[in-house]
Amino acid sequence: MAVMTGQQPNLREPAGWRRTKNRIATVLMVVSFVLVVIPLVFVLITVVARGISIISWQFLTADIPPQVVPADVGGIGPAIVGTIEIVALATIMAVPLGILGAIYLNEYGGRGVLARLIGFMADVMTGVPSIVMGLFIFSIWVLHFQFSGFAGALALGCLMLPVVIRSTDEMLKLVPNPLREGSYALGATKARVTMTVVLPAAIGGIVSGALLAVARAAGETAPLLFTILTVTTVNRNPFSGPNTSIPSQIFANATSPYVGAQDRAWGASLTLVVIAFLFMIAARIVTARFTRYSR
Amino acid sequence: MEQPEQDIATSLQPPKTAAEPQAPPVPEPQESWGEGRDVFNAEKVSCYYGAFRAVTDVSLTIYENEITAFIGPSGCGKTTVLRTLNRMNDLVPGAHVEGDVRYRGASLYGKGVSPIAVRRNIGMVFQKPNPFPKSIYDNVAYGPRINGEHKKSKLDEIVERSLRQAALWDEVKDRLKASGLGLSGGQAQRLCIARTLAVEPDVVLMDEPCSALDPIATSAIEDLMRDIKARYTIVIVTHNMQQATRVSDRTAFFSVLRNEESDTRTGVLVEYGRTQQIFEDPKDSRTEAYVTGQVG
Repeated sequence: MAVMTGQQPNLREPAGWRRTKNRIATVLMVVSFVLVVIPLVFVLITVVARGISIISWQFLTADIPPQVVPADVGGIGPAIVGTIEIVALATIMAVPLGILGAIYLNEYGGRGVLARLIGFMADVMTGVPSIVMGLFIFSIWVLHFQFSGFAGALALGCLMLPVVIRSTDEMLKLVPNPLREGSYALGATKARVTMTVVLPAAIGGIVSGALLAVARAAGETAPLLFTILTVTTVNRNPFSGPNTSIPSQIFANATSPYVGAQDRAWGASLTLVVIAFLFMIAARIVTARFTRYSR
Repeated sequence: MEQPEQDIATSLQPPKTAAEPQAPPVPEPQESWGEGRDVFNAEKVSCYYGAFRAVTDVSLTIYENEITAFIGPSGCGKTTVLRTLNRMNDLVPGAHVEGDVRYRGASLYGKGVSPIAVRRNIGMVFQKPNPFPKSIYDNVAYGPRINGEHKKSKLDEIVERSLRQAALWDEVKDRLKASGLGLSGGQAQRLCIARTLAVEPDVVLMDEPCSALDPIATSAIEDLMRDIKARYTIVIVTHNMQQATRVSDRTAFFSVLRNEESDTRTGVLVEYGRTQQIFEDPKDSRTEAYVTGQVG
């Protein structure tokens, strides 16, 4: 179609099916986005609305009162302390092990039998329901020793391990091979290449993956039911005696018929959401900080 | 030119200062392709990736302080042969080598030879610039550091010298702490060359180092190759025949040999000689067809 002199070419999109398809697709995407956001926003609004009034310094630090007392007495201090103890222990166990496992899978194992087996087992472990993990620790640890924060940490650690392995594995896969070859070509050993090139290149993603696993674990209830029980005073020793955690406390209080206990459950929920949110922010900051040389 | 079998640990040190056991070097100025000592002797080398024979029966000798160019069509195995020279192909699962590759008399694939020690003597620059996600300074200091050099003053000196050799110093001296990833393609490639030179290798292998670069950056790297030739032996794979004629003393032409019966193909060394002879007076009709642009 030749353009006539003195006449402007028509550059507008022709009306028709193509335009209609474009509109339908756009509308569908906006609708799906809204559908995804509605429950998220609704959860946040509810938790904040019902939990904000009860939060106070006393609520965050005081011992847990009997369920019958009203909401303005007592708090969830032991649950916060317990969550910190248990999640910290689980992190110390699962994160180094998971990162080392992923390094083996990616850098050392190759396509060997052991590496494939570990990768497969990690995938299977991801699919194990968290309550089954709790039962497992109950039968191999609690029955032989006692209820303790450590038993809970074992269960949480078992849940975190495959998540850390998989997220680290994905990050290591993203490290371009030419970087490894560049290091090998300078006469570096495999350990050097891994420590000085591969890990630094992937560390941002590894740390944020680990932090997300920690946040997930902090919110787990089921594996703690049979491993730590609940207590009403602070147990500073995670290796001995029953303990408690924020999710356990939410579970115990929310199922209670007393209004005061229910209000404390809302307050604990808000606390947990804020903790998870802080972890997300930390993950973002860490990622940004470690990737400053890669942009 | 056979050198006596030496202990591998000592023979893999570049004997730059060692006395020449054979005829003393002729003092009078020679043409740039004067026959130096042998650096590599490849004898009937075949390279495999799994069952696939990528290269068959390559025999050639690479001489000291010369630039040797490998040319040929894609898939003819020139990069494979290059990577055989510093055992980079060890990193490819399933790759193995048959035949004998000698580096200054020592067998590269002999028993007890450490690929790490091999690569400390024989550095490599890759097709795509691959600076580490570290600062410019740390990129260049990387090699010396893994070799145990941690003194700040010594490292400063090595970094400056290497960057000067790679003709990059003036452009980056004010931002040594900036990321190596922020450099342009040509600068990044010169950074990778500086990184290779920082460990003072004996040989520098270059795998199409200019294929991702514009003509100006290419010319900068060719100048630098000519500058460092006096101290290093260079082997370069290139798709650019003008580049081979501009920089190299010797040229090896590789081609693909197809076997119609078994429907397999493999790379072979067709012709090897001084660059001028390969381009002006090729002995093999396949070389002639390639260098005159009739095929490929």
